[in-house]
Amino acid sequence: MRSDQPTNPSIFQDVVLTAPTIRCGSCVAKIERSLTGIPGVARVRANLTLRRINVTLAQADGALQNVLAELENIGHPSRLIDSADLSAEAKDDTEVALLKAVAVSGFGAMNVMLLSVAVWSGASDATRDSFHLISGMIALPIVLYAARFFFTSAWGALRRASMNMDVPIALAIALALALSIFETLRGGEEVFFDAAVTLTFFLLIGRYLDYRMRGKARSAMAGLQRLAVREAWEVTSEGALRVVAADAICPGMVLRILAGERTPVDLRITSGASDLDRSLVTGESAPVAVAAGDEVEAGALNLTGPVDAVALRPVSESFLAMSMRMLAGAEESRSTYVRIADRAAQLYAPLIHLVAFATFVGWSLATGDWHRAAFVAISVLIVTCPCALALAVPVAHVVASSRLMAEGILIKDGSALERLANATRAVWDKTGTLTDGSPVLVENLDATPNACAAATLAAYSAHPVARCIATAQIGPALLVDEVSEYPGFGVEGRINGRRARLGRPSWVADIAGEMTKGDGPAFAFAGEQMQRFPLRETLREGANEAVGALRGAGLPSEILSGDAPAAVASVAAQLEIQDTQAGLTPQDKVTHLQDLLAQGERPLMVGDGLNDTAALATAHVSMSPASATEAGRAAADFVFLREGLDAVPLALSVARRTAAIVRQNFGLAIAYNCIAVPLAIAGHVTPLFAAIAMSGSSIAVVANSLRLNRRRMTPSAPRLQEVTV
Amino acid sequence: MTILHLLIPVTLVMGLTGLGAFFWSLRNRQYEDLEGDAERILHDDNDTPMPPRKETIR
Repeated sequence: MRSDQPTNPSIFQDVVLTAPTIRCGSCVAKIERSLTGIPGVARVRANLTLRRINVTLAQADGALQNVLAELENIGHPSRLIDSADLSAEAKDDTEVALLKAVAVSGFGAMNVMLLSVAVWSGASDATRDSFHLISGMIALPIVLYAARFFFTSAWGALRRASMNMDVPIALAIALALALSIFETLRGGEEVFFDAAVTLTFFLLIGRYLDYRMRGKARSAMAGLQRLAVREAWEVTSEGALRVVAADAICPGMVLRILAGERTPVDLRITSGASDLDRSLVTGESAPVAVAAGDEVEAGALNLTGPVDAVALRPVSESFLAMSMRMLAGAEESRSTYVRIADRAAQLYAPLIHLVAFATFVGWSLATGDWHRAAFVAISVLIVTCPCALALAVPVAHVVASSRLMAEGILIKDGSALERLANATRAVWDKTGTLTDGSPVLVENLDATPNACAAATLAAYSAHPVARCIATAQIGPALLVDEVSEYPGFGVEGRINGRRARLGRPSWVADIAGEMTKGDGPAFAFAGEQMQRFPLRETLREGANEAVGALRGAGLPSEILSGDAPAAVASVAAQLEIQDTQAGLTPQDKVTHLQDLLAQGERPLMVGDGLNDTAALATAHVSMSPASATEAGRAAADFVFLREGLDAVPLALSVARRTAAIVRQNFGLAIAYNCIAVPLAIAGHVTPLFAAIAMSGSSIAVVANSLRLNRRRMTPSAPRLQEVTV
Repeated sequence: MTILHLLIPVTLVMGLTGLGAFFWSLRNRQYEDLEGDAERILHDDNDTPMPPRKETIR
């Protein structure tokens, strides 16, 4: 096994990439063929099921960049998977252990049932007794091995003096086994070995499916922590720069934030001007111009020029640290949700234990036969073992989640489906969620000299607004010299000998002489009329339909945004949303959601930014697009990989149908009990009857759950819409 | 009825063989990429075996 591995492990490096666009076998072949050709790649294997690529790199430098570039090239853009995420998956041994237990109990059920059928067909006397003995020898070790999950879980619940579904399960299995051993030893006619093993088998299937649906406990905190700055540049009183650890920054210290760095603490800028990406705070991707005197939160990214700033607060009180604390609190409060199966167990378990006990008392009083009374009481427990009930929820959830997966919606946690089904209102973030976040020109540039010159000048800047003007260029590029970018203001250059500026209107007005009314950035030649370029945001595909569909489903929408009121109002008007709040901080969003929860509302939060992370974790249920920040994706219950927002009503309708199916399944299980329990109390339950009834009810529940897969859901055709900002 | 003394052990052995085969396939990562394996048979050029299981400290 070790032979083909290198002796020096530092040379060979395994990386795992996620490539959502792998769809077929030919994609796999194409990826493997083209990646193997890259020097430094030792081995490639694409996984179609998980949409992942495992790459073994033979040399550390550069090979990964080449691999990513090549993947982009052949149309399968991929992303490196976090090693922390991978190790979280690898540690998950329980799933494999459960699958092994399913296989073992399935083997046992098959063999014990074979012997039981022989007994029911009329084997008698010594043959019957020896069959019982063999059944017992097969069943005992298998139940002890396979049903250990139920025993430990039930024991854990009893020790905490609480009740879960595993208590009646463990009791029924243990008593069935004990009674059967006792009956076998005294040569009795009826034993329940087959019931004990088949119960274990069915219940383990349910448990395995449930475990696969369980949310991988991954905290959204990790994503935030990565943004925290470890060290910064301090400007000493002599004007020299020295490195200072972020923890050691104290208020009053003067720091220099270079372009490309994040602010370590909350600051006030003392000199210099720049554009900051404050998307962490506001979620709005448009850079904000800052100059001396402005206050900036920790975690903002400096885009264009170096600034000097004075620290206002220590790191522990910074915006980022507060976000992390907020998130920790929100994640804690969310864990109090009790799943529907556990709520059912809290009612069901005491009830059937009472019934069994009453049966025992009734029979012993009526007949005086202790042995008969115990036999009947245990058969009541076996028959009422919540097999169908334990299958009812996981099977429906697994079918629904595979259904959603095929539609490009991932579920993080099985209980999310239950919570989504009873959501009462939708709360949207604006930028990045309802809109796609990048600015576009309202009108295409015409070939006027001004437009050509503006586009030419814009090409010299990396600012997002400049980029969108530059890409709209239609005329020939003009000759420019003496170009310089003024961070926070715009670009200046000499075009055909004339001085021209593109950028902030007030700054452009300095050379144009007069401000022109309008929206968006401005352009002017020195001493000439100023021209404005109005911008708009693009609504995400299907935003209108999604909001309309949710309204139709009884979920009124509202917008909570960190953006300016005007921008929010224009989007809200497009989507016919009355309820909007603009200029909110992350804490405001959380407070608003907590208010809604306190009023008894169950809000569905849809958001993507880092500023929404705490809100996503606070809301009753949350969704985020795949384009969201890592922390946002980790905090949300659902992540949709498709571009369109039609994923939201689609997930809602699947969740509601799943909830209906789960209710039907509970109905089926209760109907089964209504027939089986009176028969069991009357003492008419034979092992054959128990086997047929229990398997029958389980199969009915599974078959009913599979109906979720039947109807094809066609997503409404997405339409591209635009709105002015 | 003596045939039972033969048949019951045979049944058990056959069942255990199947169980052992399942455990082997589970350990050998045969279920990692079911969809991909179904497609791979259609492509001539990638007949490389799966990479060996990574050595882990157990």
